[in-house]
Amino acid sequence: MLDPIFIKVLIGTLLLAASSSVVGAFSFLKGESLVGDAIAHALLPGVVLAFILGDGRNPLFLIFGALAAGLIAHYGISFLEQRTKLKGDTAISLVLSTFFGFGIMLLSAVQRTGLSQQAGLERFLLGKAAAITLSDLYVFVALALVLLVSVAVFFKGFQLMTFNEDFAAAIGLPVQAIRFVFTILTVLAVTVGIQSVGIVLMAALLITPAAAARSWTSSLRLMLVLSAVFAATAALIGTVVSASLPKMPTGPWIVLALGGIAFISLLFAPEKGWIARRKRAKGNQLKTQRENLLKLLYGAEEREGETVAMTSDMIVAMRRQHLDGLRKTLRALKKEYLLVERPDGFALTDKGRSEGRRVVRLHRLWELYLTERLGMAADHIHPQAETMEHIITPEIEALIVKELGNPEVDPHQSPIPYEED
Amino acid sequence: MEKSIEVHNLTVSYHSKPVLWDVDFELPKGKIIGVVGPNGSGKTTMLKTVMGLMKPDSGYTEIFGQSLDKVRERVSYVPQRESVDWDFPADVMDVVLMGRYRKNNLFKRITKEDRRIATEALEKVNLLEFADRQISQLSGGQQQRVFIARSLAQQADIYLMDEPFVGVDAATEDAILKLLRDMKNEGKTVVIVHHDLQTANEYFDWIVLLNTRLVAAGPKEEVFTKELLQEAYGGRLTVLSKLGDLISDTEFPLREPDFKEDQPKD
Repeated sequence: MLDPIFIKVLIGTLLLAASSSVVGAFSFLKGESLVGDAIAHALLPGVVLAFILGDGRNPLFLIFGALAAGLIAHYGISFLEQRTKLKGDTAISLVLSTFFGFGIMLLSAVQRTGLSQQAGLERFLLGKAAAITLSDLYVFVALALVLLVSVAVFFKGFQLMTFNEDFAAAIGLPVQAIRFVFTILTVLAVTVGIQSVGIVLMAALLITPAAAARSWTSSLRLMLVLSAVFAATAALIGTVVSASLPKMPTGPWIVLALGGIAFISLLFAPEKGWIARRKRAKGNQLKTQRENLLKLLYGAEEREGETVAMTSDMIVAMRRQHLDGLRKTLRALKKEYLLVERPDGFALTDKGRSEGRRVVRLHRLWELYLTERLGMAADHIHPQAETMEHIITPEIEALIVKELGNPEVDPHQSPIPYEED
Repeated sequence: MEKSIEVHNLTVSYHSKPVLWDVDFELPKGKIIGVVGPNGSGKTTMLKTVMGLMKPDSGYTEIFGQSLDKVRERVSYVPQRESVDWDFPADVMDVVLMGRYRKNNLFKRITKEDRRIATEALEKVNLLEFADRQISQLSGGQQQRVFIARSLAQQADIYLMDEPFVGVDAATEDAILKLLRDMKNEGKTVVIVHHDLQTANEYFDWIVLLNTRLVAAGPKEEVFTKELLQEAYGGRLTVLSKLGDLISDTEFPLREPDFKEDQPKD
C-alpha cells in the first residue's frame, strides 16, 4: 500500500478533490448547487466524443471535450431560463438529463467496440482515481493547481459577485468577464473532480464540503480552506478504502465520508450546530426560571413593603416547579449574589432586587405596549408579557420607554418600577 | 442650475413589460432628492437604469453631463438591503471594504489606506464597534448602516440609495438623516428612492414624483401639492397598464435603444 506510485496517486486525488470543492464553495454560496450537478452530467458526451474523435489516451483531449460540453450545458441552461418561460430547476433538469442520456448512448456505442476498457471511460461514471495513469494524473494535478491559484487571484471579484452582483456592476467591475471566468473554473473543477468521485456523485464534492465548512466559520477565506481540507480528508478515506478492499469504487466512499463530515459539522459545530443551538435554548430556559424566581420575590416585597424571605417549600407552593430544579436555580442565584440564604428563607440582595425590578418593569412595559400600540384587550396581554420580559434587551426597553413617553403605570394600574438613581 | 443627473426620454421594461414610459427630467447638484411614488411605480428601475444595471428600450441618462462610465468613480450606489443574502460569510469590515474595490485594484490586496477609509466610514455610521461582527448577526437598521458605510467608503460625489429607510429603527433613521445632511453640506448630491409619503416632505429638498410615467420633478414646495400627489398615488392609468400587458404578451419590440444618436443635443 505504501508503494511510491500509490502515494503519488493518493496525493493527486486529494488535490483534485480539494480544488474542486473550493470552486464549488462559491456555487454553494450563490445558491447554484444544482448547476454544478448539471454540468457534471453534461460532461459525459463531451468526454466520450473527445475519445471517439481524438486520441483517447491524451488527457488534454478529454479536458477539451469536457470544457466544450460543460460550457454548452451552462449557457444552454442560461438560455432556457432567459428566453423561455421555464423555471431554473426545470431548465437545469432538462439540460442534465438530455446531455447525460446522450452521453450514455455514446458510451454504449464505444463499449461495443471494446476500446473503452482500455481508456478507462467507465471511471468517469463512478470515479476510480487509482485507475488513472501517472501521466494523466500530472495533467489533472496541474489543472487543480490552476484552479486554486485562479480562485486566489479572483478572490475579490468572486466574493463581491457572489454577495452583491449589482454592486459589482455598479462600481464598474467587468461583471461579464468575471462570470465567464467563474463558469470556466466551474467546468474545469467538475472535470478535475469527476476523476475522483465520478459524474454521478460530483454534486456532493462541489457542495458538501462547503456546506460543512460554513457551519464552522463565518469567514469566507477560512471557509474555502476548510472546504479544501474536508474534501481532501474524504478523498483520503475513499482512496485508501478502495485500494485496500477489492472491487470498491472510490467515488461512493469519498461521498460517504463527506456525508459523515457534513453530518458531524451540522451536529457539533459551535454556534450553528444543532447541539449548540439546543444548549442555547436550554440556557434561555434556565435564565427564564431564574428571572421568574427573582420576580416572585420582588412581587412579594412590593406587596409587603419590606424585605421578604421565602423558604423553598413556600416557593414550590407558589410556582409549579419541582423542588430539584428549584434548588438548582436557588444555588445559581446565590452564587451570583442575587439571593442570600437567611435562617427564615431566601431573600433578595440589592443586586437581586434590581434584577427582579427589571423583569417586573419589562413585563409591565410590554403589557402597556400591547394595549397602547397593538390595541389588545387588558385580559389578553399577560401570557405574552410573561415571555417577552425575558427577551427584551436594554436597547429595546429604551425604545419602548421613549415611544410610550416614560409611562408611570401599566394597564392594570400597577406602577412601572424604574431604577431609582 | 448645475445638473447632477439627466434622464432623457427613458423607457425601460422589466420582463418585456414597460415599467417606465418616456421619463424625462434633470436633477440639481448638492441637494437631497427623493424619488417618490407608489409600489411598482418604477422607482428602483429608474435607479438601476441610471446605474447601468438595466438597459433602457429607449432614451439615455447622464451623470454630471457625461456617460456613467466616464464618471463611475464619482458615483455610489446603495442597493436595497433585502437584495442580498445577509447570511453570506463576511464581517462588517469585509463589506465596507467592498466600497474600495475598483476595476484597477481587483487583483490587488487591500491597502492600509483602504482600511483607514473604511474605518472612517464605519465611524460615521456609528458602527465601528461592530467592525468584526458577522453580518448575519446584525439588525435591519445595522445592515442598512453597513451598506451606507460601504457607500461612504467609495468617496463619491453623488449617492444613489434604494429605500434606505425601509425596516430601520428610529435611531438609525435619525442617524441616516443626519448623515445625509452632512453630505449635502459637503456639496454631495444624494438621490433616494422612497415610498413613504408621510416622511418624504420632511426628508427631501427636491422631489421626483413617479408613477410609471413622470408626474412631476422639482423643488418639494412645487411638487408636493395635493393635485400632483393625487395624480401619482391615485391608482395606475388603466390604458397604460393594459398597453404594458399587451406589449409583454405579444413580445412587441419597443423603439431601438440607440435613440440617443437621433437626438439633437442642445
